[in-house]
Amino acid sequence: MTIGLSHYLTVAAILFTLGIFGIFLNRKNVIVILMSIELMLLAVNINLVAFSAFHGDLVGQIFAMIVLTVAAAEAAIGLAIVVVYFRNRGTIDVAEIDLLKG
Amino acid sequence: MLSALFFYLFATLCVGAGLMVVAAKNPVHAVLFLILAFFNAAGLFVLLGAEFLAMILVVVYVGAVMVLFLFVVMMLDVDFAELRAGFLKYLPVGATIGLLLLAELILVLGAWVATPKIAAQAPTPPVADIGNTEALGLILYTRYVYLFEVAGLILLVAMIGAIVLTLHHKRDVKRQKVGQQVGRSRAESVELVEVETGKGLS
Repeated sequence: MTIGLSHYLTVAAILFTLGIFGIFLNRKNVIVILMSIELMLLAVNINLVAFSAFHGDLVGQIFAMIVLTVAAAEAAIGLAIVVVYFRNRGTIDVAEIDLLKG
Repeated sequence: MLSALFFYLFATLCVGAGLMVVAAKNPVHAVLFLILAFFNAAGLFVLLGAEFLAMILVVVYVGAVMVLFLFVVMMLDVDFAELRAGFLKYLPVGATIGLLLLAELILVLGAWVATPKIAAQAPTPPVADIGNTEALGLILYTRYVYLFEVAGLILLVAMIGAIVLTLHHKRDVKRQKVGQQVGRSRAESVELVEVETGKGLS
């Protein structure tokens, strides 16, 4: 049997759903939430690369590269904020991050 | 046939590792499972013919970003068991929303058809003629060079932001002030005192 575009899209859809599921499940732990976001971005990348490969258009892979760049920057900034917050408050519980009184 | 076998292998491992990222008790294990998920996604990319992105995923993601995650998880002295309280409380609502979203996505996949014009309009060279990396380079540095520059700027801003956020000066530390040292003049640093013999300074 041949593997078509929809197979890859299904894998990406399952991974994206797992990412959202992870955000709901680990609502207190910022680090696991960041990891869930990485999982969702990975699913998006699989979608982009699958479309790019099956339509013979390399622009999808260029865009996947930009998504990777933004994801790396987001991880660096997010982890820096987590480290600074832990230094100031001694916790990374999302429920207790209320310094901004939003 | 073999590629189908490998697709199912990579896809199953990727989804299983993704599930374990969400469900793992220990965040260190979650990071390690995320690394496994990225490796299998890289395998899927190789199957799709996107070797360059697969290598980028392994080198940049597993090699840099995930190690950064591992570093932060191990550095922070957090009671992770306490953070997992309420894990089961959020399970029903999370599962409901997740399943709804998955059902919607699958429905979209079932009904979706691409227009046949897409492949004809592709502005890039055919994949069969040159390698993936060479073809990417040919369009990345010409047609999409501004996008490339923007990506570099994003990384620069992220680097500066991370350094500014985590750098902090301690108040009580004594530091050498080179400017003040060099700028000292004789008048403010040396005083000539006339001492009378036999009396001393009182």
